[in-house]
Amino acid sequence: MTTLKIAFRNIFRNRRRSLMTILAIGVGAVAVLLFGAFSSYMILSFQTDTVRRTGHLAVFGAGYFDFGVGNPGAFGISGYQDVMALIEGDPVLKPLIVVMTPSQAISGIAGNYADNRSKTFFGEGIIPSSRFRMRQWDEYGVGGMPVRPALTDEDAEGGVVGAGLARILGLCAALDVTPCPTAPKAKAPGHEQIAAAAPRDFSLLVAEDRPTERPSGSEHGRPQIDLLAATAGDAPNVVSLNLNSAVRLGLKDLEDNYVAMNLAKAQQLLYGRGEHKVSTITLQLRRTEDLAPARARLESLVGEHQWDLEVRDFRELTPLYDQALSFFLFIFSFIAAIIAVIVLFTIVNTMGMSVMERTNEIGTVRALGVQRRSLRWQFVAEGCILGAIGAALGAAVAGLLAFAINHSGVTWSPPNVAGKELLHLYLFRNPELILGTWAGLVAMSILAALIPASRAAKMPVVDALRHV
Amino acid sequence: MVIRLRDVSKTYKEGPVEVAALRGMSLEIASQSFTMVVGPSGSGKTTLLNLIGCIDTPTAGNIEIDGHDVASLDDRSVTEFRARKIGFIFQHFNLVPVLSALENVEYALLLSKISATRRREATLAMLKSVGLYEQRNQRPNQLSGGQKQRVAIARALVKEPTIVLADEPTANLDSQTGASIVELMREMQSRSQTTFVFSTHDPQLMRHAEDTFTIRDGALVDHRRGMAQ
Repeated sequence: MTTLKIAFRNIFRNRRRSLMTILAIGVGAVAVLLFGAFSSYMILSFQTDTVRRTGHLAVFGAGYFDFGVGNPGAFGISGYQDVMALIEGDPVLKPLIVVMTPSQAISGIAGNYADNRSKTFFGEGIIPSSRFRMRQWDEYGVGGMPVRPALTDEDAEGGVVGAGLARILGLCAALDVTPCPTAPKAKAPGHEQIAAAAPRDFSLLVAEDRPTERPSGSEHGRPQIDLLAATAGDAPNVVSLNLNSAVRLGLKDLEDNYVAMNLAKAQQLLYGRGEHKVSTITLQLRRTEDLAPARARLESLVGEHQWDLEVRDFRELTPLYDQALSFFLFIFSFIAAIIAVIVLFTIVNTMGMSVMERTNEIGTVRALGVQRRSLRWQFVAEGCILGAIGAALGAAVAGLLAFAINHSGVTWSPPNVAGKELLHLYLFRNPELILGTWAGLVAMSILAALIPASRAAKMPVVDALRHV
Repeated sequence: MVIRLRDVSKTYKEGPVEVAALRGMSLEIASQSFTMVVGPSGSGKTTLLNLIGCIDTPTAGNIEIDGHDVASLDDRSVTEFRARKIGFIFQHFNLVPVLSALENVEYALLLSKISATRRREATLAMLKSVGLYEQRNQRPNQLSGGQKQRVAIARALVKEPTIVLADEPTANLDSQTGASIVELMREMQSRSQTTFVFSTHDPQLMRHAEDTFTIRDGALVDHRRGMAQ
């Protein structure tokens, strides 16, 4: 006949009250677990989206991270193929890396020469097949696999633009961008004005650069734009790009400015006949948990070879990731705190009533020789059992709900993501959340039971025996 | 002597008013006696038993139980002392409702360090002694008043205490059952050679006492020996 056995029997003594207490704890557990599972999904989904775009680690020329956006050509990584070969051959890094790819950031002015429209742009030169492999990274089973990209490695003259940029350049109809409104003349600056913001005579530069035999405005049915940028040597340079499609990127600012092309084309624009460099070597790892050792090894390699390079991880590249993480942790903590207070008051109330009803019994067992400490533990055990049953029930219900939601096919559009994704609740892959919630609720129950338990233990025996 | 009280007073505060429940009482109770404390309601019988039972402390005076000055013990020590030396039988039986008759009796032994086997044997033997072996698995709400008090007697005696205190144990029983309970207590006392101190205001039960203390208004007014028949 142990304390636990007696505690169990006392719980079943007032079944309705115990049931209501267990249900209150259970509902609290469901709320915490489902929101925790949703937060976990949101964070991992965001991490997945970020890692698919930026990789886990980026190697830049020293100073590029802070100052390179204004002049990417000035911070190019010289001999990047050698650097990549050394990284690829490193026995520590090799098994950790799933994709390593170079890219060149670029900015300048994009012009639709045929329609006499232009707009500043920023973009990148990439290796499309490597980017496609990066988009397939899915460590956490988020899903949302990418469709085949519009740009291929073989399409040296091809490119894609953001849907907004296509609209501004008057190419939305040609690239099937919807909606495709006509720019109101009174409000939007006319193309003459935009063109005036460009160098003295962008059209002339383009016309000089363009081979005379090539028709302007389109090639093989693909709309064509011209990109003007300053080379690393500060000389103006122009290349033409045949647009395959306009892409949705989830952020208007990005869509209004983005241009992507093959790496060689970007290098041609930025470095002309000089050495072709890259601004970034992106590394995507198999598992995010390898980030710290991979970064340490990479930095060690940089130091060993005295490369003038710097290493940054995806959290530094996307500060919004940490902000989102903090945001969800804050909301989760807030909800958990509210639930904890509710559980605390529920248990205090239940155990308080139990102490009041059992005052005479408390006096009796104390008279029989039960120590205060044992009596306190008796009530704490009862609170603990209530908490344990309620939290376990809540975990079971949350598990069923999570299973149902995960298999219901509900889709939604996460922030900053174009298109819909399946809604997942990451409960089962998150045993620490389940155990933590269960343990937290049990701990709250014990804490809550301690107050009335201490009151019971301190009760004078004679007063308790006199209580009717 | 197993119980000695010297100039014991007990005053309760009820708001601003002080109520004297015992006024300088001195008495001695012999070891292995069947002693009654008699007196009208409010005379201080329960207060006296509470002080002897170490569940209350005197305002003044000394109480010695089995050679120990119990007033000087701290809560932990006095609780342990009660667990070993004192058995209680209450007017309202005071059984733990979630425990069966057997578990209620065994509960008293849980506080002593004896093996589970010996504990169970002693409990069953005690239940047989009070005639409740067959009802051992019944909860208090399934027992009659007389049966409940028998369980309480078994619970008080199973740990073989030095003193058993019974505060008006027959007050909630009909006269026939009450008489049988007193008979049982008398029989158990003579068998176990334990000191029984029993309070009542029922004159019909007084014939069982070996020693009778009469108190009134918190003071000892009479002490008679050898009334038991």
